[in-house]
Amino acid sequence: MKNIRPFHVLVGVLLVVVLLLTGCKTRHRFVKKTAFKDTDKIEIVFAGPVDETWAKDVGGYSVYEKPDPDILLKISNVALSPDKTTVTLTFEEPLNRDQPHILTTTEIMSEGKSLGAAVLTVKKLYFGYVLSILIGAMLINNFVFTKYLGLCVFFGTSQKKTTAVGMGVTFTLVIVFACMLSWFLYQYVLKPFNLFFLEIIVFIGLVSLSVQAVDTILRKINPALFKAFGVYLVLVIANCVILAVPLILADNEYNALESFMLALGAGLGFLIALFLMSCVREKLELANVPPTFKGMPIAFVVAGLFALAFLGFSGMSIY
Amino acid sequence: MAATTKTNTQLLIDGILTENPIFRLALSMCPAVGISTTVMNGLLLGIAVLFVQVASSCTISIIKNHIHPRIRIPTYTLTIAMWVTVIDLVLGAYFPVAYKAMGIFVKLIVAFAIITMRLEVFACKNAVSKSFWDGVGMGLGFLFAMVTLGFVRELLGMGTLLGHDILGFRPLLYFALPAAGFIVVGLMMGFFNYADIVYNRMKKG
Repeated sequence: MKNIRPFHVLVGVLLVVVLLLTGCKTRHRFVKKTAFKDTDKIEIVFAGPVDETWAKDVGGYSVYEKPDPDILLKISNVALSPDKTTVTLTFEEPLNRDQPHILTTTEIMSEGKSLGAAVLTVKKLYFGYVLSILIGAMLINNFVFTKYLGLCVFFGTSQKKTTAVGMGVTFTLVIVFACMLSWFLYQYVLKPFNLFFLEIIVFIGLVSLSVQAVDTILRKINPALFKAFGVYLVLVIANCVILAVPLILADNEYNALESFMLALGAGLGFLIALFLMSCVREKLELANVPPTFKGMPIAFVVAGLFALAFLGFSGMSIY
Repeated sequence: MAATTKTNTQLLIDGILTENPIFRLALSMCPAVGISTTVMNGLLLGIAVLFVQVASSCTISIIKNHIHPRIRIPTYTLTIAMWVTVIDLVLGAYFPVAYKAMGIFVKLIVAFAIITMRLEVFACKNAVSKSFWDGVGMGLGFLFAMVTLGFVRELLGMGTLLGHDILGFRPLLYFALPAAGFIVVGLMMGFFNYADIVYNRMKKG
């Protein structure tokens, strides 16, 4: 540890910052802000006054939702504020605010000069967006109760509260670690070289790698916890969630922070599900269950009731 | 390295009934709950799993003497991932509609516990032909379970079978809801347990 100098730390931090920045879209220098307004409006604030003839031309803008570049949204009206710095686009249909929108303009004209064309991204407040990914993965789209993934491990380790919490925490650590690795590899190796067909092999390889790493570390640091898990740490590989999250990340083109939040949310959601389930199953041990339903079958019925309860979260959206 | 002494037929029957992956071993529950809403989905995913299970069982059985014990789990996983990529691309190319309905689950066959489990417990200790039959048995057991679940849920939820209207009305829409998967699987498992208990009682007396 003696060899680490401030210089190395600085290089490391810079690398991370550069990596994070490359994930963002470059914006036009003349545009100060873009935002959603009401249900069917987008507002663009420019740094200086723009020409009215250019700004009022509906054909000068084209807007689409990020996942569907082919479907252009119809603009019904363009309004310019009196100081000529704010343009408000009104659309024929309400906008889906959950999706980032891409707004392309023709060359921006300001005081007779052209300032170049702009490609802008319109999104909800970024912090809220990231937070909604976290809460969404945790509760609204809980991977266990609403997406039905990771059930083998879920039923295997939810018999006792202590095991459930331990498993949940380990799982959260492994999934965050594995997802960040897979995100990095997907963005910087698979995508540039067009190796999409390898994604399953690469992701599962990374997952088993991180599981092996956690296995080795836990064996040394906390032998008691290691003993308690036994076969289930190896079965983390067999937990679909840990593979589903990297695949979802790859499909949705999330950036580093969003990926981190989704992985964390999935891990915490799994922890919550395990804990809730273990509480019920500890009580079930004492209950008088018919012999045919003892063990797994009754656990499934209970999970079904939980899933119904979690159905109540569906359709909720934050921010 | 205890090689099995069971005959091939015994292996097949074990896979389908006594060691049924879903109802008896309670492994690979995610697809059983997630996409068993119709018979067709169950059938297609069952065939995909059958293919992957047989192919990876044979592969591991062939190369079992060259795998170092410490890296056996990653080796199993990568072998399965290879075959899943094959079936994923094939389904995507030839059955695009069904592939979309199954969504992420085809790719997730990699993480199904049952396949890794069979490789670890069976294929790495037995000859190729035995592993083949074990794979077929397990795959068929999974297929059988998925189709049964799909049958119950589609008939009770939508009143249809394979898309054809059978009942003319929808008895219990609840069964078509995703959340019902858990309860249907739980009830079916209970039913299988019950059948087991009755069978054993009859054998005794």
